Amino acid sequence: MTVFCLVELDGAADEGGAPGAADPSLRALTLARGLAAAPTGASGGPRGVAAVVFGDPPIADLAGYGVSDVYAVSGIDGYAPQAWARVLGALLSELPQHAPGGPGHAVVAAGTERGNEVLAHLGAITGLPMAANCTAATGGGDGAFGIVRQRWAGLLLEEAVLAGPAALLTVATDAVSPVPADRPGAAAVHRVAALVEDADLTVRAVETPAGPGGASLATARVVVGGGRGVGGADGFGPLEELAALLGGVVGVSRVVTSEGWRPHTQQVGQTGTKITPDLYLACGISGAIQHFAGCSGAKTIIAVNTDPAAPMMTRADYAVIGDLHAVIPALVEALRARQAG
Amino acid sequence: MKILVCVKRVPTVGGAITLTADRRAIDTRMSGFTISPHEECAVEEAVRLAERFGGSVTVVTLGPSSAEEQLRSCLALGASAAVLIETEPGLETGPIATAAALHSVAADGGFDLVLLGNEASDTGDYQVGIRLAHLLGWPAATGIKALAVADSGASAAASRTYRGVLETFALPLPCVVTVKEGINLPRYPSLPGRLRAKRAAIDRRPAAAAAPDGDVRMTSLRVPDAPRKQATVLGRGADAVPSLVHVLVELGVVA
Repeated sequence: MTVFCLVELDGAADEGGAPGAADPSLRALTLARGLAAAPTGASGGPRGVAAVVFGDPPIADLAGYGVSDVYAVSGIDGYAPQAWARVLGALLSELPQHAPGGPGHAVVAAGTERGNEVLAHLGAITGLPMAANCTAATGGGDGAFGIVRQRWAGLLLEEAVLAGPAALLTVATDAVSPVPADRPGAAAVHRVAALVEDADLTVRAVETPAGPGGASLATARVVVGGGRGVGGADGFGPLEELAALLGGVVGVSRVVTSEGWRPHTQQVGQTGTKITPDLYLACGISGAIQHFAGCSGAKTIIAVNTDPAAPMMTRADYAVIGDLHAVIPALVEALRARQAG
Repeated sequence: MKILVCVKRVPTVGGAITLTADRRAIDTRMSGFTISPHEECAVEEAVRLAERFGGSVTVVTLGPSSAEEQLRSCLALGASAAVLIETEPGLETGPIATAAALHSVAADGGFDLVLLGNEASDTGDYQVGIRLAHLLGWPAATGIKALAVADSGASAAASRTYRGVLETFALPLPCVVTVKEGINLPRYPSLPGRLRAKRAAIDRRPAAAAAPDGDVRMTSLRVPDAPRKQATVLGRGADAVPSLVHVLVELGVVA
């Protein structure tokens, strides 16, 4: 069986080096590798994981994640979701059909906005089913794929079956850890010139910097969270200071954006951003389950709240019982003193 | 401008999700129902466009008879017509069949724009809008946080932030756009709006018989184990700061 994996590049090119594979794509490659190790029913195409990259492939990353083949696609200027899907569809259609009764091929992408929309286009173009935000996938011997996927942004898990000649899967960005392969893959590069129709290029992204904001919430290693307990739009100064001292960014709960205290771009949660930091320091956030849907990918959670029974406090790793307006300025002061030596 | 907005009735999820005994659905005996915040914003965006250009906003849902409640909420916010494609109670319709059902309403209404939430808050399939766009033969943009329709009404610029970059997609109308919360701050329903919504007629249509299901087939649901953490209490108030700093050093976020 062949498992294609759409690999997105991270935006680090402006820092001098060539862009590497984006973190959500490393997670997708990890799931794809496990899927490709399933018993083969479909043969003829490349075995194992075949990465598909629009742009210069990050060979070292791909080899490290066990990729056997790399399809480097040229001929599409910028990001055009339907055109990317058309190319994936062409690669899929060139594979020999799978043997009856055996598992088919698969196309895997990260459960990002781009990954989900490209595979949705591919599903519409091919008529194949697509499962978004999977956390596990196996190629069953009975000709179907078994998957586990997130509903309610991960508050609920669905076990499901996909039948058909190929499965289209995206991988949850906060549930599968990126794990390099035990042995590097060959990562043999095949150059592919995109063959697309004019209509595929109608919708394409024009990219401009999103303005000041520094590190993005989705990729920040430290997030300082503020909720209703902050009290108002003018209460975020100490949280901003703390975030700056820790090299992180501020994220907020839904009530904060609904009240208009902070812009929606800072919302952590089911309808905001899913975060996967090393540390989430949640201040004055009680912890609605829609908020946990956004922050449960954090490695460590520290909660500061006046109410020791708040869900955020009981599900945190560390808790400070108290008013954030006393705790956070004192913490900022202590860190400043430490810096000053 | 004629705009169609697609919404979905979903349970209001509060403290915890409880499943039915057969683990194939959420136990909703004690819960209320709503639409996703993304969809509330889609309705608001449509109403604002109709206020600017004139025209009408139709809301459509595929769901049980009781989904009338969500359609009336949308009418109270300013939608002018509502269509309910009625399914059997308890029947879950997959994304491929959902797109086909919505297409039956979208195809012959003379719409200039179809808006959806980026994803339904329950199943989170992330594909119905795009599948609908392909059935219509229209372009689509997803995950949109700002939508600027040209004064001519012939085109739109739809944008979103992706990995720290602002992506803007130029689309000719008619088109399909899926939006996210944050594109606007939805209004509260007015009293006259609520009274009008109460009396409005709902266009009820039976859903087409389910086609052979080639879609993702759910076998069971489960609530993931919440990590049974016992939070270590570092202290009370500012007195906790020394131990807090110690933890930050241990975690490696402070040198």
